[in-house]
Amino acid sequence: MTGVRVGLVCSRVRVEEKLLLAALADRPGVEVVRVDDDQLQAVLAGPGDGPAGEDALRACDVVLLRSLSHSRQVALAHLLQAWGVPSLNRAAVLETCGDKVRTTLALALAGVPTPPARVAFTVESALEAVEALGYPCVVKPTTGSWGRLVSRLTDRDGAEAVLEHKAVLGGPQDRIFYLQAHVDKPGRDLRAFVIADRTVAVIARRSAHWVTNTARGAVAEAVAVTPELDALCRRAAAAVGGGALAVDLLEGPDGLLVNEVNATMEFRNSVGPTGVDIPGLLVAQALALVEARRCV
Amino acid sequence: MTADPVTAAACPECQAAVALAPDTLDGEIVPCGECLAELEVVTAVPPTLALAPDVEEDWGE
Repeated sequence: MTGVRVGLVCSRVRVEEKLLLAALADRPGVEVVRVDDDQLQAVLAGPGDGPAGEDALRACDVVLLRSLSHSRQVALAHLLQAWGVPSLNRAAVLETCGDKVRTTLALALAGVPTPPARVAFTVESALEAVEALGYPCVVKPTTGSWGRLVSRLTDRDGAEAVLEHKAVLGGPQDRIFYLQAHVDKPGRDLRAFVIADRTVAVIARRSAHWVTNTARGAVAEAVAVTPELDALCRRAAAAVGGGALAVDLLEGPDGLLVNEVNATMEFRNSVGPTGVDIPGLLVAQALALVEARRCV
Repeated sequence: MTADPVTAAACPECQAAVALAPDTLDGEIVPCGECLAELEVVTAVPPTLALAPDVEEDWGE
C-alpha cells in the first residue's frame, strides 16, 4: 500500500513504541506522524484553526493510540472518531476494556466464562459481596493496570481494613468496589494476543506471587495456541468489541476463565518467547483498516 | 528526532553526565547511572533530560 499516513500518539517512547516505529519504518509508502499527547490540543467547539497536533492527526489515514493514560486514550479515540479517522483501538472498545465493571458485564453478556464477580458502592455492601463470593477474594480498582492496588482479601478483618481504607483515602472511583472470586491458579496465568479476530500468540506468565503480571516481575514463556484457546480468546475479544486485544486467562479447576481484556497491549516480554512479530501484526492491522476504507 | 553519535546531558537530579545512545528518541525513558533516577528524554537533539513523571492511577494497558 502506498501513500499511507499512520499516526502514532504516545506519551513516552517505551520499548513497545520503538518496536512499532521500527515496524512502520519497514513498510514502504508509509509516512509516520508521531504526536506527543503531552503537547496535543484540539478544538472541540468554537472558532479557531486546528492546532498543529490536531491538524496532524486529522490528516492521518489511521492512528495507533499508545498513550499511557487510559483516560487520555478514550478522549483521543473520541476525537479521532469525530474527525472520521480510524484508530486502533476504537473508543467504545477502550472504554469497555478500561473499566473492569464494563469488561465483566460484556464478557458475561456474551457467555464468555469469567470468574464470579460483584460490584458494590459502600463498605457495608462491599463486605456483603465479599462474604457472598467467599474468601479469598480479590478487590481491584475498576481502572488500572500492572497489578496496581489489586488486593487479596483472606478474612473479614482484612476485608474491612482494605475496603475502609479505599473508601476513606481514595477518590470517587475507589468507592466503586469491584470484587472478584479468587481463582486458585497453577502459579501462572495466560495472556493471549488477539489481532483481527485471530489469536496470534499466547504466553504464560509465571510467578511465585499470586499477581502474575510481567510488570511485577513474572516470567513469560510461550504457550501453544490450541483450538480451545483460540476459540475462547476470539469470543472474549468479540465480546468487548474486537480490535487488537490482549486477553488474560486463568486456568481454574473447572477450566479456562477470561479474567481481563486489555486494549492497549504491551508486548515487550512476549515477542521473544513466542517468536511472533506482534508489532508487525499491529501495523498490518492498522493498514488493513485503511485498505478497508479505501475499498468502500 | 534521533541523538547524535556521542551525546550526553546532565541528570537533573544529581548532575551526573548521562550518555544517550545514537538511536535515542524524544520521549524515551533512560536511567541515570549514578543516582538511578528515571529520566525522560525531552529532546534527543540537543540532549535535554527531565525527571520522568510518577506512574498515575490510570496508566497501563
